[in-house]
Amino acid sequence: MIPAAFDYLAPTSVEEALAALAEGGEDTKVLGGGQSLLPILRMRLNAPERVVDLRRIDELRGIREEGDHLVIGAMTRYSDIVTSPVVRLHAALLAQAVEEVADPQIRHRGTIGGALVHADPAGDVGAPVLALEADLVIRGPGGEHTVPSNEFFVDLFETAVGEGELLTAVRIPKHTGWVSHYEKFVRVKHQWSIVAVAVALQVEAGTIAAARVGLTNMGSTPLRARAVETALQGRPASDVGDACERAAEGTNPPSDLNGDADYRRHLARVLTRRAVTTALGD
Amino acid sequence: MTRVHVTVDGVQYSDDIEPRMLLVHYLREVVGKVGTVIGCDTSNCGACTVHLDGASVKSCNVLAVQADGHEVTTIEGIAVDGELHPMQQAFHEHHALQCGYCTPGMIMQALDLVRENPTPSEEEIRLGLEGNLCRCTGYQNIVKAVAACASTMETSTTARPERSAAR
Amino acid sequence: MTAVDDHPALEIGKARRRKEDQRLLTGRTRWTDNIQLPGMLHLAMVRSPFAHARITSVDTSVATQAPGVIGVFTGSDLDGQGLIANAWPLNEEQKTPDHLPVAVDHVACAGEIVAVVAARSAAAARDAAELVDVDYEELPAVLDAREALTDAVLVHPELGTNRSAFWQLDSAEAGTGGDVEAAITTARAEGILIEREYRQQRLVPAFMEPRSTVVDPTGEQIVMWTATQIPHILRFLIAATTGISEAKVRVIAPDVGGGFGGKLQTTPEEFATLAVARRTGRPCKYTETRSETMVSCHHGRDQWQTLTLAATKDGTVTGLKVDLLADLGAYVAILGGGVPVLGAWMFNAIYKFPAYQFNCQTVLTNKTWVDAYRGAGRPEATYAIERLMDELAAEVGVDPLVIREKNWITHEEFPFTSVAGMTYDSGNYEAATARARELFGYDELRAEQRRRREGGDTVQLGIGVSTFTEMCGLAPSRILGALNYGAGGWEHASIRMLATGKVEVLSGATPHGQGHETAWSQIVADRLGVAFEDIEVLQGDTQIVSRGLDTYGSRSLVIGGEALVKAADRVIEKARHVAAHLLEASADDLRFSAGQFTVAGTDKGISIGDVANAAWRGHNLFDGAEPSLDSDATFDADTFSFPHGTHLCAMEVDTETGATRMRKYVAVDDIGTIINPLIVEGQEHGGILQGVAQALWEEAEFDDSGTLVTGSFVDYTLPTAADTINFVTDNTVTPATTNTLGTKGVGEAGCIASTPAVVNAVVDALRHLGINDIQMPLTPQRVWKAVQSAGTDPGGPSQEAQPHFAEGALNQDPSAGATDGAAQ
Ligand SMILES: Cc1cc2nc3c(=O)[nH]c(=O)nc-3n(C[C@H](O)[C@H](O)[C@H](O)COP(=O)(O)OP(=O)(O)OC[C@H]3O[C@@H](n4cnc5c(N)ncnc54)[C@H](O)[C@@H]3O)c2cc1C
Ligand code: FES
Ligand code: FES
Repeated sequence: MIPAAFDYLAPTSVEEALAALAEGGEDTKVLGGGQSLLPILRMRLNAPERVVDLRRIDELRGIREEGDHLVIGAMTRYSDIVTSPVVRLHAALLAQAVEEVADPQIRHRGTIGGALVHADPAGDVGAPVLALEADLVIRGPGGEHTVPSNEFFVDLFETAVGEGELLTAVRIPKHTGWVSHYEKFVRVKHQWSIVAVAVALQVEAGTIAAARVGLTNMGSTPLRARAVETALQGRPASDVGDACERAAEGTNPPSDLNGDADYRRHLARVLTRRAVTTALGD
Repeated sequence: MTRVHVTVDGVQYSDDIEPRMLLVHYLREVVGKVGTVIGCDTSNCGACTVHLDGASVKSCNVLAVQADGHEVTTIEGIAVDGELHPMQQAFHEHHALQCGYCTPGMIMQALDLVRENPTPSEEEIRLGLEGNLCRCTGYQNIVKAVAACASTMETSTTARPERSAAR
Repeated sequence: MTAVDDHPALEIGKARRRKEDQRLLTGRTRWTDNIQLPGMLHLAMVRSPFAHARITSVDTSVATQAPGVIGVFTGSDLDGQGLIANAWPLNEEQKTPDHLPVAVDHVACAGEIVAVVAARSAAAARDAAELVDVDYEELPAVLDAREALTDAVLVHPELGTNRSAFWQLDSAEAGTGGDVEAAITTARAEGILIEREYRQQRLVPAFMEPRSTVVDPTGEQIVMWTATQIPHILRFLIAATTGISEAKVRVIAPDVGGGFGGKLQTTPEEFATLAVARRTGRPCKYTETRSETMVSCHHGRDQWQTLTLAATKDGTVTGLKVDLLADLGAYVAILGGGVPVLGAWMFNAIYKFPAYQFNCQTVLTNKTWVDAYRGAGRPEATYAIERLMDELAAEVGVDPLVIREKNWITHEEFPFTSVAGMTYDSGNYEAATARARELFGYDELRAEQRRRREGGDTVQLGIGVSTFTEMCGLAPSRILGALNYGAGGWEHASIRMLATGKVEVLSGATPHGQGHETAWSQIVADRLGVAFEDIEVLQGDTQIVSRGLDTYGSRSLVIGGEALVKAADRVIEKARHVAAHLLEASADDLRFSAGQFTVAGTDKGISIGDVANAAWRGHNLFDGAEPSLDSDATFDADTFSFPHGTHLCAMEVDTETGATRMRKYVAVDDIGTIINPLIVEGQEHGGILQGVAQALWEEAEFDDSGTLVTGSFVDYTLPTAADTINFVTDNTVTPATTNTLGTKGVGEAGCIASTPAVVNAVVDALRHLGINDIQMPLTPQRVWKAVQSAGTDPGGPSQEAQPHFAEGALNQDPSAGATDGAAQ
């Protein structure tokens, strides 16, 4: 319940933060909202010598429109995303998923950047970010670069954000007018997803013009269910047929107390169908 | 040691603390606000819920240094001049507590809930309390108390806003 | 006495808001962890990560040098640390391993304490605990109770076996009924035989306040504040096992944040804190983390139940045979094997069974020790019989309520001596059931169930019935003696009449959320005719309340409440004589009512408060009078009380995902006279949800190496407000005849009845698919697998769906009749 001792820095700019990271070396940890890092430190699963807190860096916070993109600062809190009208308008799927994260108290603290860098495969933010084909803006000693979401998640708890780097923003192409739904399956409400499915659909004249499907906890990273996307594309919205039956293709879900891999594959199919149906307003 | 300035229940405190100190430990051990309690080590139970700048947080999942320069309201700061806050009164009236261990966190979260949604449905109340565990009451009377309080706070012009929100 | 007293019920039955709320609502509660003393040291425990190991060495040298550390102590450093005792050996032959608070050379489960660090801050203690270097020689561990029976791996090699005790109750032998084997033989030939094996999974009590202990060794008495249900028993056992004089120990249970049996224990942590405080001569505090609670606080349940129910073709039960295998974990806890044995009198429940046999084998394994958890033995028994009665109904082809009605004791038959030898004083199962049916809308829900079934809905509906009785008021001392329990079952109360007219009530029962301050005030207010507000209840401190046996087993009101009545009556008798003197009347002519003594036929009178003041002044008393009205009483019951009830539950089952959702829950309980309906309702709500949680969500699971994998609230899935619904609760009242107040006890009722109600409902929803059981907790995966196997295999659900059904085990006979679990 008590973390090991560490030094604490709270820089006020990304530059300062990067310098603090560079100086601290590998025993340094970035602190975002702390909702995943602090439990880890309290349990002493990790004991960094230095913690660099991003809370004072205003440039990392906030939601703004940039042409046909929404740009969400890494330190933007879940609660700000859920209540943001522009997110509802242009990336409703993200708001729908974030609403399902943990509980109100955690959502008041947790940040989108922290969630993405933490990269827990059961986390609810990865799948919608994949489905919305967002780009992730990363800054390091060598400057800024942007990684597409399908290259961002590397492995269990591992992302394209390297040591000494910061995730600064999430750039989401506007999905204005798309219909979407995030279907999360849990045993008790405060649990992480056993399986969840993020669906965004563009419907034109009764036909599914484009489909994006992200899966939570169906492998060591969040995944795209591309087979379903392909099968849905071009189908009439009133009859999606058995497209969702392909939801578990290419997945490698974990087995744990909440369910084995087979059960998760089954859930992925059922939940995908339900998410699509709900998104289509049935 | 790091120096922090934190306003707790309307009083300003300045203390030298270790950066690793959790806000809940700061409140309990340094400031003496033992009304805020600890029920778990994974931030699941919500017993430690306080308001940080008016929004509910789990004080076991915040470092005290993160509260530097900010304002904290605890269960000890919502009754004014010995008069129970309407939410406290509603918990009393509807027998929404038994052992009372979850109560401080439950009340602080309930206040957050009605702040964000002054007319919650039963389902919205239940969802709004999903981060707070109670082992005694089966939640039924808690839900009832929050609903009752929300409706009186809605209709009553005299309902006192919570302190931190008042500033 | 010519004048007749009366005690109008002005307070009893009233929904008084609780006295204890004010401090709890405002955060001014005195939890043990709030206590800070000058120079106080903080302790951190070094615990074994292994389920079974020999401790080969403990190197404390680095930890001792760490900043702020005052001392690091191993088991062998702590002479006279005492013992964790078992108070209820089932018989003389019981094998009981020694249980040291801090292990010396052997650990038998993960989480056992191997060293204690004392430091000036909690952070320093935790830091140093990481530096203690313990060498373990890991030993093979036995985790499965049935495997433990083979003795291939021994939990405690010195005992030579893992079998702790065997205990039997046989109705033929006891003369309370017939021969169960004969009933089974007959049923096999010409009736119905239901043979099942049910699993009572392991649970964690999960009270919300983690346990905490502060010991102050300065001063003449050693003072221990601790989050316990049993301060008096703890004081006795500290004295009995450490050699400290009982009179030199004061135990205080301040405000305690829930217990549910989990704090009915004398713990290694309490004894270790005491030992280190004595050793260092300084006040010491230990507060556990939740992860420590999960692994080191005793668990509950953990039984395998093998059951045979014999009946005639029309569904009249002719006999019940129960074989329990009870997993004790690594040690025999304070009640230990007594917990499953408490079920012995409850398997026959509300029914008129002619023959009955109960067998219980307790066994040690390398897991966390097991002891009382809300209901202790009775929920397990109720689960088994109520599941079986539903199975019997299905076999006969009648509604589950019909099968119960056929077999239950009717209200004209009370008092009724059960096949287990218990005499039920009162009850009315018909009335409670009729009321529950009405509140539930039974027939409409049955109609909806039919519609969904016929329509082949994805979401099926099931209705679960659970009728129950329990024995409350643990326990008559004589019965406890006959059962070899180490203490009595009485309770004590004192009433102090203060000079100012206020009344102090001292009770040996020690609450942790039950609202005793309020209920006791109501009882005493009516008895003495004083104002509710003028009564202060003092409790939980062995120096203030010198005698007591604490709170568990729904005993506080039934036993402790009666002690209050007796003490109050003694106050009135003392006051009567003082009043008579003051009023210049004969004591026989005084009538006492609503707090006033009046002289029959006159308008002369005096209030009991004024009598108390006169007694305190002592200026004007009769010759030889004692200037005090204060009185004590210790009450010991002759028998138990038997609350009962009928619970009905409707569950929706999503056959596609296996998810379940509660639709409706109705509980009608008969708990005798109700002192405070608000408190009763609260107890019912909380109890019901705990029982539902056993059915649906909770299980303490260990991996193959004996590590608790549900070791925090992340994995041990407690329900939130968003996972449950509003329960409909009501009461029917047949007062108990065995105590003055007519109360029966309510603390455990909800939790006893709700588990089988939920499981019966889920099984009922799926029975048409050939499913007759799913193992608890009913996780979506388990439900889904049951549905899957039912769909693909016309023979019924597969072994995988019902992994606890072991063919050929104990009294399972696959060739016996049509009701073989796997073949139905
Ligand atoms: C009780 C509980 C329940 C939860 N339930 C859910 C749930 O249901 N679904 C879900 O999705 N999540 C859940 N979470 C996790 C929650 O979403 C976390 O908030 C989130 O994973 C981390 O965000 P954060 O800002 O708090 O990050 P932090 O905890 O501060 O950091 C997480 C990691 O990211 C790094 N990091 C943070 N920000 C940056 C940055 N800008 N650049 C580089 N590195 C960075 C940190 O160094 C750390 O390694 C739960 C957490 C708790 C405590
Ligand atoms: S103590 Fe903070 S959530 Fe449990
Ligand atoms: S009242 Fe005891 S935990 Fe909620």
